[in-house]
Amino acid sequence: MSFTSIISLALGAILIENFILVKFLGICPFLGVSKSQETAVGMGLAVTFVMGVASLVCWIIEAALLVPLGLEFARTVVYILVISSLVQFIEMFLRKAMPGLYLSLGIYLPLITTNCAVLGVALLNQQNGYNLLESVIYGITGGLGFLVAIFIFSGIRERLELTADTPKAFEGFPIALVSAGLLSLAFMGFSGLKII
Amino acid sequence: MKKIFKNGLLIQNPVLVQLLGLCSTMAITTTLFNGLGMGVSVTVILTCSNIVISLLRKIIPNKIRIACFVVVIAGFVTIVEMLLKAFLPALNDSLGVFIPLIVVNCIILGRAEAFASKNGVLRSAADGAAQGIGYTLVLAAMCVIRELLGSGTFGGGIIGDGVRIIPQQFPAMMMILPFGGFITLGCLIALVQWRTKK
Repeated sequence: MSFTSIISLALGAILIENFILVKFLGICPFLGVSKSQETAVGMGLAVTFVMGVASLVCWIIEAALLVPLGLEFARTVVYILVISSLVQFIEMFLRKAMPGLYLSLGIYLPLITTNCAVLGVALLNQQNGYNLLESVIYGITGGLGFLVAIFIFSGIRERLELTADTPKAFEGFPIALVSAGLLSLAFMGFSGLKII
Repeated sequence: MKKIFKNGLLIQNPVLVQLLGLCSTMAITTTLFNGLGMGVSVTVILTCSNIVISLLRKIIPNKIRIACFVVVIAGFVTIVEMLLKAFLPALNDSLGVFIPLIVVNCIILGRAEAFASKNGVLRSAADGAAQGIGYTLVLAAMCVIRELLGSGTFGGGIIGDGVRIIPQQFPAMMMILPFGGFITLGCLIALVQWRTKK
């Protein structure tokens, strides 16, 4: 696996095929916790971390358990169990080892279990037939793409709350969706990007 | 019973009012075939999981209830996934990763937690069906709007490639791109807010 292919995989996951704005994975936390920039960054970091670890663990389980035992049909059940116990485990570990980080991420960690980006990245790794290194890189950079999108979007939303003069019917959620749409249109501009 | 259905379809519509399950709502609504397929799959899974969870509600310990719900839901999702692969491979291909992702669709876990774990079997089944139909209706509306504006057709995937309504050179491609999903859903929710605030 060459250096350029790693770069192109990473760029693909962050910009061209952004998890939120192009693939529509992880919309719920994207809209739910993007009201202030600080919490958005916390959520983005937590998601990046969990996506990286989940890619690693799910790949190992796929190769070591599901394929040798012929249990591919139970993939969805196994993956979601792995991810939810992983999140629980990370939560306990952080509480013990890094209380500072735990306090800042604390409330977001349990929410990540039902974030479709995490299960999505594990399933996509498997579908695309990535090897271990590619899976982990795809997981982490996919999470970074999530972080970039939620960071930009929370900035837009803070300004929307303060200054925008929105029509009554569009107040709150609808205007957020429309601005997310415009943001996704901007990200479509990256689709021509290619690394040889 | 009537109230449960009214809640699911209108007053507490899972997508437009409760704002749940947005990922799939925006991602797969490019043709009517996809939308209806997804809607029916979710309705079936939601009804079945509501029934089972409501049956088990006195046995499941409170502390690990979320994990138990997830296992029940994932079981039904796997069944539906296998059925689709066997009988409707075209639908399975076009929905792709979003079929297994029904597991983390917040509507299903949300109804399990908010309704099925507190109510009897019949009422839970009705609630599951009502919420599922409410979800399907929104998906169908999104599909019709996006397909009409984006490709200029109606009923793509069901009636061949769809009936052409707008001539080939006019439709705005961007409506079937992710952008169109965000805008259409935003406008639909705005419509609901406008109706309810009046």
